[in-house]
Amino acid sequence: MPKLIKNQDIIDDNYQLLETVPAADQPLPEGNLLVPLTDWLENQQRYNNHSGKVGVWLDSHEEPELLAGQAQSLPVIAINFPQFTDGRGYSTGRLLRERFGFLGELRAIGDVLRDQLFYMARCGFNAFAIRADRCIHDALNGLKDFSETYQAAVDQPQPLFRRRQMQAE
Amino acid sequence: MYIYDQYDQTIVDERVIQFREQTQRYLAGELADAEFLPLRLQNGLYIQRFAPMLRVAIPYGMVSSNQLRKLAEIARKYDKGYVHFSTRQNVQYNWPQLEQVPDILAELATVQMHAIQTSGNCIRNTTTDQFAGVAADEIVDPRPYCEIIRQWSTFHPEFAFLPRKFKIAVNAAKKDRAATLVHDIGLYLVKNKTGEIGFKVIVGGGLGRTPLIGTVIREFLPEKHLLSYLDAVLRVYNRYGRRDNKYKARIKILVKALGTELFTQKVEVEWEQIKDGATTLTQEEINRVTDHFSVPAYEALPATSDQLAQQLADDPNFNHWYQQNVNAHKVSGYSIVTFSLKPTGVAPGDVTDKQLEAAADLADQYSFGEARVSHQQNLVLADVKQDDLYPLWQAAIQHGFATPNIGLLTDIICCPGGDFCALANAKSIPIAEAIQNRFDDLDYLHDIGELDLNISGCMNACGHHHVGHIGILGVDKKGEEFYQVQVGGNAGSDASLGKILGPSFAKEDVPEVISKLLTVYVSQRTPEERFIDTYRRIGIKPFKEQVYAKAH
Repeated sequence: MPKLIKNQDIIDDNYQLLETVPAADQPLPEGNLLVPLTDWLENQQRYNNHSGKVGVWLDSHEEPELLAGQAQSLPVIAINFPQFTDGRGYSTGRLLRERFGFLGELRAIGDVLRDQLFYMARCGFNAFAIRADRCIHDALNGLKDFSETYQAAVDQPQPLFRRRQMQAE
Repeated sequence: MYIYDQYDQTIVDERVIQFREQTQRYLAGELADAEFLPLRLQNGLYIQRFAPMLRVAIPYGMVSSNQLRKLAEIARKYDKGYVHFSTRQNVQYNWPQLEQVPDILAELATVQMHAIQTSGNCIRNTTTDQFAGVAADEIVDPRPYCEIIRQWSTFHPEFAFLPRKFKIAVNAAKKDRAATLVHDIGLYLVKNKTGEIGFKVIVGGGLGRTPLIGTVIREFLPEKHLLSYLDAVLRVYNRYGRRDNKYKARIKILVKALGTELFTQKVEVEWEQIKDGATTLTQEEINRVTDHFSVPAYEALPATSDQLAQQLADDPNFNHWYQQNVNAHKVSGYSIVTFSLKPTGVAPGDVTDKQLEAAADLADQYSFGEARVSHQQNLVLADVKQDDLYPLWQAAIQHGFATPNIGLLTDIICCPGGDFCALANAKSIPIAEAIQNRFDDLDYLHDIGELDLNISGCMNACGHHHVGHIGILGVDKKGEEFYQVQVGGNAGSDASLGKILGPSFAKEDVPEVISKLLTVYVSQRTPEERFIDTYRRIGIKPFKEQVYAKAH
């Protein structure tokens, strides 16, 4: 079974990612599924009847606003990084966490590499499907690059200047 | 100046460890070229024409004498004994070994310096007026805000992989010395009617292949909202900026595509949701950072020095230098001195290790141990007693800093060009040198007066040719280097972009073309007019006619 970094641990990935979904007259695969956002929005009845859990995945250009009001009902939301240099997913992650109240598993998929994990984690990602040709154990180290940060983000909602101030008081 | 506390130091130290490790993985073949590329660029490391190039940040241009000494030491130890000051308040090493870059960074960290985000598609080193804090025409010192932006932008997790590079400039004086209007975000510090400090926010300026003057998207942003507003602008850009074509990926293209109104609306809607969050600046934080830029221990001095007056009367060479390289200071009895890094025959902005050390000593002796770097690639001692100007000038002569050409034709802004840069279409340094050689008569230069001449070796416009009163752009025609000449650009608060004169010129013709442009100016000017003023009054036509006139 493929592996996943989740909550700073390496675990089995028990979701199957569907890049495209079988036609309506074809059966869905068994088990937990990650399905494309637009398909999930259009065919919720089909997924409500599915025996496994269903999460959605967004491509880098897809807007998290489409999930407003519904994000909280999902167990997993995955965001695709078609290339690791495509930084839109960082904003998507923050919006899902900070604006749309998503508390479940936020997973980075696609071109996910060790050197991006620290930033991704700060933007609210807690799960990482590391690119298959890379060592997942090595990638885990990427979460620990820095012990201190300046800005407010999902992992640390207080910017350093406020924390500094609190310490001084 | 700003002194790191344990948090700042920890972040910079951890960056050194991180980059050392990334470099090791790259050298071991565990990181592909394409994967290492953005990582090294975010650390200012280019692979250039002949060797790597390392760009070190000089945040908002402030540098201490100890930092200058460290830069000199690194130049000697890891490079060929000199550095290049760029047009973005950075310093560049042209010949470091890739393997040694982590060691260089470790050395820089010992003096609170780094190369973080000096390149790459992230928020770059924030720049400002080199006279910040000492200019008489300043509303408020912009440096604390620059430092606040520096911290906010350092490893900003959401904006480390933007569509393209992103440059912010801040200016607080009436005269814009930071080319603010040609940055992705330009911030003018202003006071509103009730005396509150805030920012006029300008977005979408830039040079390169689509040069544009930025547009105002907010007339007044209260200072406490600085960072949340920047977050909003960057978020809109990160989400909607083009990523399919690197030449259309800058924020200026997004602003243009959406129109200023719609772009502004998107920013305001985003900002409305985040404006009162934890990122809202506190007065305590503004004060804390401002305290780092406290006023040095100025002596109480008379506004004018009799001794200086006498020296100026006695020594015409000193007088020349004083007129050109010394500016008024807001504190009585003090002056701002600019060291020219543009003597004839030296690549503009290049200085040797020995010169850096000399500058450090002079900063210690005459200017509270601090210096600044200007975007015109010169070095500034900002707090010099008027009585010290004469001995400082004599020392500056010895070290090659006293060319009295600041703001004149030979104070050329010039990118490294084809001699170093892998992107360049043409050389720029030899053009600068040819022009400096041709116009070496100081009296003539003074007669011509204020003139910005900017040279870029390619469309990327590192030499800011679009905003030179005269701009020169190197172009490649079937493997041969040619030079396109523009006139009418200006980088100030009345910024304008130059217009191309006509067909480009061979290298050897460039000085003569400049000479012809000056002839038109001299014959047409009114007594008070600068070159740019005359151009704006009479237009491009007379210049064009003179330059392209057939010889009889």
